Amino acid sequence: MSINGNSSEKVLISAYLIIALFFILTIRIWQLQILQGSEYRKLSEENRLRIVRVAAPRGIIFDRNGIPLVKNTPYYFVSISPQNLDGLDISALAELLKMDKDVLSEKVKNRPQQNLYEPIRLKEGLSTKEIALIEARRSDFPSLAVDVDVSRDYLFGSTGAHLIGYLGKPNEFQYSSPDFRDVPSNAFIGQWGVEKLYDRQLRGTSGERIIEMDALGRELRLIKEKSPVRGDDVKLAMDIKLQKEAEESFGEKTGALVAMKPDTGEILAMVSKPSFDPNLFARGIKYRQWEELNQNKKLPLLNRSLQSQYPPGSTFKIITAIAAIEEGAIDVNTKVTCTGEIVYGKWHFGCWQKHGHGTLSLHRALVESCDVYFYDLGKRLGIDKIASYARMFGLGKETGLRIAKERSGMVPDTKWKQEKRKQPWYLGETFNASIGQGYVATTPFQMAQMMSIVANGGYIYSPSLLMADNKPAPLTKLNIRQETFDEVKKALSGVVNENGGTGWAAKSSMVNICGKTGTAQVVGMKRDSKYLPEMFRDHAWFVAFAPYEAPEIALSVMMEHGGHGGAAAAPIAKRAIEVYMKGQRLENRQTTH
Amino acid sequence: MTIYSATRPPLPNGTMPSYYIRQLYWAIMSILALLLMISFDYIWLKRASYVLYGLGMFLLLLVLLLGKTGMGAQRWLNLGVISFQPSEVFKLFYIITISRYLSEMQGKIGLASLLKTFFLLAFVPIIMLIKQPDLGTAIILLLVFLSLVIMKGLQRKAAALVVLISLVSVPFLGNILWEGLKDYQKNRLVAFLEPETDPSGIGYHINQSKVAIGSGQVIGKGYLKGTQGPFRFLPEKHTDFIFAVFGEEWGFAGNVILLFLYLSLILRGLDTASKAKDEFGSLLALGISFMFTIYFFVNVGMTLGIMPVVGVPLPFMSYGGTSLLANFVAAGILINIRTRRFTLFY
Repeated sequence: MSINGNSSEKVLISAYLIIALFFILTIRIWQLQILQGSEYRKLSEENRLRIVRVAAPRGIIFDRNGIPLVKNTPYYFVSISPQNLDGLDISALAELLKMDKDVLSEKVKNRPQQNLYEPIRLKEGLSTKEIALIEARRSDFPSLAVDVDVSRDYLFGSTGAHLIGYLGKPNEFQYSSPDFRDVPSNAFIGQWGVEKLYDRQLRGTSGERIIEMDALGRELRLIKEKSPVRGDDVKLAMDIKLQKEAEESFGEKTGALVAMKPDTGEILAMVSKPSFDPNLFARGIKYRQWEELNQNKKLPLLNRSLQSQYPPGSTFKIITAIAAIEEGAIDVNTKVTCTGEIVYGKWHFGCWQKHGHGTLSLHRALVESCDVYFYDLGKRLGIDKIASYARMFGLGKETGLRIAKERSGMVPDTKWKQEKRKQPWYLGETFNASIGQGYVATTPFQMAQMMSIVANGGYIYSPSLLMADNKPAPLTKLNIRQETFDEVKKALSGVVNENGGTGWAAKSSMVNICGKTGTAQVVGMKRDSKYLPEMFRDHAWFVAFAPYEAPEIALSVMMEHGGHGGAAAAPIAKRAIEVYMKGQRLENRQTTH
Repeated sequence: MTIYSATRPPLPNGTMPSYYIRQLYWAIMSILALLLMISFDYIWLKRASYVLYGLGMFLLLLVLLLGKTGMGAQRWLNLGVISFQPSEVFKLFYIITISRYLSEMQGKIGLASLLKTFFLLAFVPIIMLIKQPDLGTAIILLLVFLSLVIMKGLQRKAAALVVLISLVSVPFLGNILWEGLKDYQKNRLVAFLEPETDPSGIGYHINQSKVAIGSGQVIGKGYLKGTQGPFRFLPEKHTDFIFAVFGEEWGFAGNVILLFLYLSLILRGLDTASKAKDEFGSLLALGISFMFTIYFFVNVGMTLGIMPVVGVPLPFMSYGGTSLLANFVAAGILINIRTRRFTLFY
């Protein structure tokens, strides 16, 4: 040996050390490739292959005459792939996208950990001008990509917005819900109205594209593609022409209108004023716009036809009248004399006609809407009988339409008062209830449904948003005699057509309209509405059906602070009925030819 | 071959990767250089060592003054048609010179002569390398120096100093411990120490490298079938992370064979050291073997995530002409020492 004595020993030791080092490497390689190999293989596939869900074209929503109410439109957004973000010039990008620099860097940096490879959406709802700008600067930001989603164009804008609904981004809860598992993340889903209720049908089945990508998130090759299946179309029972006419006839007033087909339960119109533009939502609503809608004092997002309840006022007399005849409390000739008020103990219950109606029978009492006559009926019937009839007609309970979180209304009786108020029922309260005041409360939708049952002679149909292919079978028939309905219907025709009828404003030369006015008190004392500030004025009701002989449409009109029902709400009902009947006649002529 | 795979374009109809062609030229030059290195007695290297050392230092100085920048570091010198990395050349001259210096020393090294050797031969180039900055090469040169003085033999005080210096390099060991921690523990620690840590930075490199190697499983995805490299998930795929590309395509089986080949080369080097005819040859062979070992361990350890990410190439495999040339020359020197182990032939 040429070097020092112990050197060969040292060489041997270093050889062992080196072998040990190699052994460590081998162990580590074994650990990565054998023990965790399949895990890493999966990761590498995920790295390279990306499953992109492709939203299916949404089904179209049509009105009952086949007029499309919505259109699918592209919705552009720009995203950036999360790899290779180093060296990204945030301020230049912020300038290009016209975004706040802090907001942008927040978006880029604070991405959720689990979506390491998912592109980060930077800005949505791009205009064509913005797209052109971004594409022009493409070479400066290679990992930027403009992509497209499907959104909606609501062709009639705010018309029918509460019914049709709108699309929006899924919320946290929906993200984790199994119902939306097959929905591409960030895709628009139905968030309100029919869009939400029938989302599953409309949505279709989303497709899948398995794409090979590089680290910059650029598509290299399409490996497998599953085409999306277009969603089913939905044909609404709604008549857009009727809906539009009804909304326009409200003008700037707030209120609601619900129209139904009495022989099927189909919902022809559902108006809630003021309305809103669903396109705002479908184009990615800005926070400021959302705030504005939410804080608007007139509550445009509230569906007043289902989500607001009001005392029905004199429209409720229809129920009292039917109950009185059916229960034998009176017959058609029973006469009551109205002196303008009825005195009960120390309380005076006035008629709206201060000078009194004189002596009248049920027919004229309905036509002239005499309060005193109905106080008398109330006294004869008792609140519990009135309440049971009200419930038969669907008042006081939810309709189960599921289109909005509806209110149930209120039908009081002695049991309710004892349980909830811990008080006995007073006769005075019966007087109030008989004319639809006091505790009684209904939604406009319930009143339309009630009118529909009166019109068809006691048949109850399940209310339907969708157009019925065949005439549906009624759920039940009320155990009320036909003669009772005939008597009441004759009187309701009189309300509009006879001299002195409170509903004279609905009188139409085109069709025999039957109806009943209602004025729901907002403040306790009766005062002449005209001189009150609007917020204290009474709510105006008008419930109607037409034509008298064979009803084709039943509706309710509710105008908040409209004053007297006959003056404010009846003309709206007339306009709505006329436009619908005109459409029907046109169609009939076409089908007969 | 692996460079071809690493740099092949992601799609089959792309252009020929230029890296591959360039490396091929360098490989031919390297083989010629290897033959050249065998053709003369290595004793000439000993004689020329100080001149070579001076030349190497001059080159390093040139780099610092007018070097070309690449990957954030100034390591290249541009010589018209080719640019090369003087540090790769220097490390050989350095090993040769230390070997000569130590071989001319009598007995074990005392503290004074250890310090003298260090400051004379190792200190200045290491500082210059750190300035480049080429921390990887600097650390490796320091380690080679230490291992060579240990092999030469140290007196007690000197040995104590070496131990002390080794302790300074504990962070290195610490890294191995560090990798033993669970991910969330590390995240916490990192978040604690460096809140600004960029997740798509170093962590991303190591992660992608581990994914590449791990996904190779037992027999690999097959040559040219790897996806991490060509699809750009793996950064520095043809240089420092070439082992990841290899591991992905050839799997555990291929890796074991590769490890075995490197180990054979290194053990052969050690064997040569013990059989060399003189102490210079012996130390030179040891120095080269240690250099290979350290490069290999640091580089592969880095791709496996058990070593910190320092930019050192994998000998013989990484892209880089000068590095390839230097490694072939080093191998040539080993062969030279081995063939001339019997003094009586000369």
